Amino acid sequence: MNIPTNLKYTKTDEWFDPATGTMGLSDYAQGQLSDIVFVEIVVVIGETVVPGKAIASVESVKAAAETYASASGKVVAVNEDLSGIPEILNNDPYGQGWMVKVDGADASGLMDAAAYTKYCEERAH
Amino acid sequence: MTYIPHSPIERDAMLAAIGVKSLEDLFKDIPAKHRFPKLDLPPALTEMEAAAELGELSTGNENVHSDLVSFLGAGAYNHYIPAAVDHILRRGEFYTAYTPYQPEISQGTLQAIFEYQSLICALTGMEVSNASHYDGATAVAEAANMAYAQFRGKRNKVVISPTVHPQYRETMRTYVQGMGLELAGDDPKANLDAGPEALESLIDENTALVIVQYPDFFGRVYDFTKLIELAHAKGALVCVAANPTALALFKAPAEMGADIVVGEGQPLGIPLSFGGPYLGFFTTRKQYIHKMAGRLVGETLDNRGQRAFVLTLTAREQHIKRERAISNICSNQGLMALAAAVYLSLLGQTGLRQVAELCYHKAHYAAEKISKVKGYSLCFDTPFFHEFSVCCPKPVTEINDHLLEHGVLGGYDLGQDYPSLKDHMLIAVTEMNTKDEIDALVDILAEVNHD
Repeated sequence: MNIPTNLKYTKTDEWFDPATGTMGLSDYAQGQLSDIVFVEIVVVIGETVVPGKAIASVESVKAAAETYASASGKVVAVNEDLSGIPEILNNDPYGQGWMVKVDGADASGLMDAAAYTKYCEERAH
Repeated sequence: MTYIPHSPIERDAMLAAIGVKSLEDLFKDIPAKHRFPKLDLPPALTEMEAAAELGELSTGNENVHSDLVSFLGAGAYNHYIPAAVDHILRRGEFYTAYTPYQPEISQGTLQAIFEYQSLICALTGMEVSNASHYDGATAVAEAANMAYAQFRGKRNKVVISPTVHPQYRETMRTYVQGMGLELAGDDPKANLDAGPEALESLIDENTALVIVQYPDFFGRVYDFTKLIELAHAKGALVCVAANPTALALFKAPAEMGADIVVGEGQPLGIPLSFGGPYLGFFTTRKQYIHKMAGRLVGETLDNRGQRAFVLTLTAREQHIKRERAISNICSNQGLMALAAAVYLSLLGQTGLRQVAELCYHKAHYAAEKISKVKGYSLCFDTPFFHEFSVCCPKPVTEINDHLLEHGVLGGYDLGQDYPSLKDHMLIAVTEMNTKDEIDALVDILAEVNHD
């Protein structure tokens, strides 16, 4: 499982990059969902998001899930590629599979990589 | 044979475990007078007596095969159904109460649905078809659901033409209750001769969907290209509710730019059967597939590389998406979809076109004859398919009573839905009506006016 140390994480398996303001779904989550066939970003540029607000709807061959904002802020970019090539979320969840970029984000209250690794391991048992 | 699986010993053991003596004790809190009463039923009949009584009851029905000549349509049409349709439907492999979807055991059923979807796409010109809905009305309502979801609730208006089937509009009204959707254009008092242009002023930036019918409830055929262009310019989607037989003859709604094409599939090999079961077909463009309700069968390869069929994109559906699902429909009208697939395969493109042409020509023959009868006139001068509105000299119920005495099932009384169409009858003519029958109808109509 890939859990980059420069990112922060939520209990609902989203990641947040404090350096760039981008957010998305973690490698653990994409693995649990299995083959992703549809991603719809449900927020638009200019909208303000807060933690817990849905930013994307993800459907895999066996499940459907909402992705929530990992931090608050104003949306400045959304990943248009995800609707056409949803598999990039499986292949590269922290890179090409990013979902939304926000400005003025507040990352307080998020887990660091070590805490998130522990959290994922606990759920594996 | 008993269908209660528990033996008296098991029941006693359960009663003992919860500390009551008898089953009666469980109900002692309900006053005796409110408990299920003793039924005063006549003695049971033998099988022979029951069969005789039911047979007697069924003679009260009058059907369009042997008792009546029908000119009634209004959404359900009397077409010839090749004997092979029923024969295939009744095969044990298909004739089940519930559609089995497991690919391991249901390749035949799944392939039949896949063929149905392919045929419906060919007929409508659209890219994807779901595995079907219950009837035309629910298919129309699901289009509203889909459009609402497409805009994620940010557009709250559905524009529906008053010339869409009154029962479809009624179903729409039921669906939009509590959804916060405004239904515009649903006005039976509107000018019914205004054409699609009448809807243009109702379409705005808040409109999720525009719904029109093709041919409309009065049988009229309009080209919706301009209306659809205008709706698209406002960002709205457009749903065309189409008669599948008419699609064999007229321009496909897809060519007009429709985003969703739905309709009542009953004309495709499904008997009138006093109103059901029928079939709703639902098609759209590929880009909206994830917002489409209902089951969807796809083609794939199995682990041996063989062509195989499975339910696909099921994560859209309620059993997976739960409260976030767009629709609560997780089923299809399997047997009726099969009937439509068999019917369309048997007739083919040429056969279906022949049916449509026969309907068209016979209806136009009838319309011309009726328009020459004293007291009767055609209500609209727009081109029509196999159904037309006639202005009558007397109340429609009175005329229909008279027709019934002659073994003719008359047209639909439009006055019950449209106040401006009091004494107007909607007459449908299909390939089932012979020239003699049409001539007889014309004669009786003339006779009614003389009475």
